Amino acid sequence: MCVSADAQQRGTFEELAMPLFNQLYNFAHWLAQNRDEAEDLVQETYVKALRGFATFQQGTNFRAWIYRILRNTFLTSRTGHKATMTVPLNEDEDGPVVEAATDTQTPEAILIDRDHQDLLQSALEELPLHFREIVLLCDVEEMSYQEMADLLGIPIGTVMSRLSRGRAALRAGVQQKLQRAG
Amino acid sequence: MSTDDATQQSGTQHDQWRAQLDRYLDGELPADQMRALDAHLRSCPACSADALARVQFKRAVKTAGARFAPSAEFRNRIQKKIGAKPGRSWTFTWSLVGAFALLLIAGLLTAYQQRRNFREQQFYNEIADLHVSTLASSNPVDVISTDRHTVKPWFQGKIPFTFNLPELQNTDFTLVGGRVTYLGQVPGAHLIYQIRKHQISVFIFPEDLVALHTTPHDAKAHSFNLHTFAQDGLRYIVFGDVAREDIDKLSAMLQSAAHSS
Repeated sequence: MCVSADAQQRGTFEELAMPLFNQLYNFAHWLAQNRDEAEDLVQETYVKALRGFATFQQGTNFRAWIYRILRNTFLTSRTGHKATMTVPLNEDEDGPVVEAATDTQTPEAILIDRDHQDLLQSALEELPLHFREIVLLCDVEEMSYQEMADLLGIPIGTVMSRLSRGRAALRAGVQQKLQRAG
Repeated sequence: MSTDDATQQSGTQHDQWRAQLDRYLDGELPADQMRALDAHLRSCPACSADALARVQFKRAVKTAGARFAPSAEFRNRIQKKIGAKPGRSWTFTWSLVGAFALLLIAGLLTAYQQRRNFREQQFYNEIADLHVSTLASSNPVDVISTDRHTVKPWFQGKIPFTFNLPELQNTDFTLVGGRVTYLGQVPGAHLIYQIRKHQISVFIFPEDLVALHTTPHDAKAHSFNLHTFAQDGLRYIVFGDVAREDIDKLSAMLQSAAHSS
């Protein structure tokens, strides 16, 4: 009375992958910015990940592995292709990041008001893809810099500078919207 | 050194600390730098205000970013697609799996409960420290007034929420005043009430600061009595060395004031 190797593998995969389902879907939706595409993206990710699960090294970071599959799947899709066209090619990501003091008039205090959540969400939507994904991975998925570096295939120094620029761009976007709103 | 030089140097030092703030808040600074920045934040109001603003922004992004949820139907579809497909009857195997799962769940529940109790205990210890150190201070409150209409507006712009305070006429309680306090870098209100010669602390924080029991409950911490309840997204903690009935009475008045907001 033994379980077949395939069923065993599927069981292990399911145990590891299904707890990440909601998070992966949320991330996919932010990437694709469309419900149908997000569903396609998640479905393709799970199918690909299951198919390649034999190559996954047990004991290593499963979350970073499956997120990488999802991201690569998105980047090779039509929407992903279009989104990456807007990334500046000569961006000096390793250069110094000028840290400005966050002004007391900045939107942080306003954002904790739930009524302004939609404003922040819309500023997030408008962020260029490479900023949007790193801010979400850090602040929503709470990934470590090392995890993000592995997932995005960039050095940790680039993770830090990109994240810093992404946050600054998001803050500026919110500020702009607040000014427009009045 | 001229005043301008000193200001410029101090500005450069602030920039150096600020350059580390994001890594500090992301928990990515090495331990020694973490301690150094910790110490700096305690002594520098400008940098600690900056750190607070960044924490608030990070939290806001976390809430705003967790925006999309998959439908149950979609989840089921994927689950079916990837789920294990046993070829024979596995009654015995599944019974074993079930038994193991039950054991695992029981173990996890116990561990969760222990962790939660530990966190709660830690939280109450911090509350006790805040209460004792405030009363020991020569200036326990920053706004001194028995008038709730003076104390409540004083907090405007200092903490990220507002609250209602009860009318104390015809009661034994007196409002002494209030101050802004911090727990885990989150700002909150600390109010001091007096009854006879005893002082009672009332702490108000955002509810999600710590996962306490969701229902109102009483507890004892270091021989103090306390009552805590959550109302409209805020966590109230009434704490002092007075009798349980006094704590309960003040809690009831606070709850009723909060309810009427």
